[in-house]
Amino acid sequence: MVINAKDLDYRKLNEALRSAGQSATVTGCLGQRFICAGMSGISVSIEGVPGNALGAYLNGAEITVKGNAQDAAGDTMNNGRIIVHGNIGDAAGYAMRGGCIYVKGDAGYRAGIHMKEYREKVPVMVIGGCAGSFLGEYQAGGVIVVLGLGTKGRRIVGNFPCTGMHGGKMILRSSCDDIRFPKQVSIRQASDDDLAEIENYVSEYCRLFGKDRNEVMDARFSVITPDSKNPYKQLYVAN
Amino acid sequence: MGIEFIYPEFEVVRDRDRCIACRVCERQCSNEVHSYSPVRGVMISDESKCVNCQRCVSLCPTRALKIVKSNCRLRENANWQDETVKEIYKQANSGGVLLSSMGNPKPLPVYWDKILINASQVTNPPIDPLREPMETKVFLGKKPSAVRRDSEGKLDFSISPQIELAMPVMFSAMSYGSISYNAHASLARAATELGILYNTGEGGLHEDFYKYGSNTIVQVASGRFGVHEDYLEAGAAIEIKMGQGAKPGIGGHLPGTKIVGDVSRTRMIPEGSDAISPAPHHDIYSIEDLRQLVYSLKEATEYKKPVIVKVAAVHNIAAIASGIARSGADIIAIDGFRGGPGAAPPRLRDNVGIPIELALASVDQRLRDEGIRNNVSLVAGGSIRSASDVIKAVALGADACYIATAALLALGCHLCRTCQSGKCNWGIATQRPDLVKRLNPDIGSERLINLMSAWRHEIMEIMGGMGINSIEALRGNRLMLRGVGLNEKELGILGISHAGE
Repeated sequence: MVINAKDLDYRKLNEALRSAGQSATVTGCLGQRFICAGMSGISVSIEGVPGNALGAYLNGAEITVKGNAQDAAGDTMNNGRIIVHGNIGDAAGYAMRGGCIYVKGDAGYRAGIHMKEYREKVPVMVIGGCAGSFLGEYQAGGVIVVLGLGTKGRRIVGNFPCTGMHGGKMILRSSCDDIRFPKQVSIRQASDDDLAEIENYVSEYCRLFGKDRNEVMDARFSVITPDSKNPYKQLYVAN
Repeated sequence: MGIEFIYPEFEVVRDRDRCIACRVCERQCSNEVHSYSPVRGVMISDESKCVNCQRCVSLCPTRALKIVKSNCRLRENANWQDETVKEIYKQANSGGVLLSSMGNPKPLPVYWDKILINASQVTNPPIDPLREPMETKVFLGKKPSAVRRDSEGKLDFSISPQIELAMPVMFSAMSYGSISYNAHASLARAATELGILYNTGEGGLHEDFYKYGSNTIVQVASGRFGVHEDYLEAGAAIEIKMGQGAKPGIGGHLPGTKIVGDVSRTRMIPEGSDAISPAPHHDIYSIEDLRQLVYSLKEATEYKKPVIVKVAAVHNIAAIASGIARSGADIIAIDGFRGGPGAAPPRLRDNVGIPIELALASVDQRLRDEGIRNNVSLVAGGSIRSASDVIKAVALGADACYIATAALLALGCHLCRTCQSGKCNWGIATQRPDLVKRLNPDIGSERLINLMSAWRHEIMEIMGGMGINSIEALRGNRLMLRGVGLNEKELGILGISHAGE
């Protein structure tokens, strides 16, 4: 089913998507917010630019964006996939608990803040280009991967990554020599086990966006994990 | 020891003539104050562990026990009081931020106690609620500000989603994790029976309690714990927590030691991992951003549920509320600085925020002045202690009140202010199975129903006394209030006259 979003506001667009069955193509998207909020059981392809909070609380639906996405995509998503053939705005995947987000290009500030995981739910966010500052702040679970492709010498992560991180892991395709991390995380070069895991994400990224897997893998990867899942245990005294 | 020693705050006084060494106190005390000395054949106590929760006192079959404040004090000093000095010792010993629980215990002004309620005499006769109908039902949500008609001139009856309450009181947010399963069960069952709502707090909704969904407010806070589509769909309303009266401007940490079993499942985070709620929502930096979160929740639930935005009462609360009223929120909940937390640094609890009475009055006035009062309903919380506090809050402009401390007291809380320890002897603020089972949800819910039924009757009595037979006619009716011992400025902010005027 094809939905022309040109004259639809976000409420009408979501109503159309809810009654669209199992798949839909949205054409002429012009910044409508909240597309697919809370939805499951549908595969949606979007042409144009979706607005903020794309796929918020997403519960199993699949979204492919043939262009850029704006802020707060995948906020609190529980399950499903968001694939962005361009860049993604700020606060992508805030508090996401499951599913995955693949971004061909760059991510804005605050990507993956408070991402978490639970049992079989391990969310994954793969950013092909660079990520802005505050990447993975308060990260409590899940995997954030930044590949830094096409960065042309730019640092692949902005300032203050991993502040307050207490779970999950971050994988950066970089030696991380030029990145400052907080005290409570450990940075190591990827081991063979790590590389086997990384290869899964990279293969999927390359499949989705038509890149060469070997070329992407032929680089140094670093893995960042928190030292403690109780970072503030020593902070308090009973009164 | 030596320099690190702090003399215990309480003394355990045991009447040796009455004590039969039955060891009930020993079994009941999770702090391990009491023990039996086989050598001496008597009960002994380590008062340094006592938090004065009164559990042993309440259960001692011979009334042999009492807990008293120790009179071993430092030399008197009005500036450097005993408590102040000991807090310095504790911090010098540990380097830690002080942590306590429950509401602000400082002797700051309680405006409710300086506001008096009117009653009818002679000209406008009082109404007897025992003989005449009296309406305490309220609806929370956006109200239409004009009559609307369709193109054919027919009346448009559509209205934003509303919450219906049998009385203007709800149980406010307390998360599963900060309080026990049995405490949540008691609140959920009582709310359902009473026709009011309780609030999940930010810890998710236990699967057993989905059946109480139509009497449940589900909360979305900065950590988004347990928030998913089914959870949002389960509740009668969704509350966005921006702040909390006891600790405005900071987030929350539920320590990993409390993230066990069902709490971990309900929050959807691993066992033993700290549950950290960041101070801000990382996607909200403006009213426009708040609007985005409000509407993302409405979109996800197809506009069937009102959205509440809860904020702490802070200095510019009127302007903040004005912004929220324009954000698409249906209800604003304001939490005053005497609200009780499950854990909060007392430096914040006792020093940050403003009293609910002043915040509520100024918000109601501001929204009226701007012609947007009908955009939202107002809920006031942060130490509503009695039916008369409810009446005064409604007359100052509240549509309903949130209560939590009063509800916990009904469940057995003795306000020892050590919820953060997780060793609550009354089975409320704990996850230890042996302690949780001390709170029987059959009895807990019955006690809550008793309390609210009594308040409802008192509310009707006071309303009847004023000659008012519907709570709606009391809302914002400040002529029914007078102040005593308040200065011009305070009276001005409260919008009431002084007694005798």
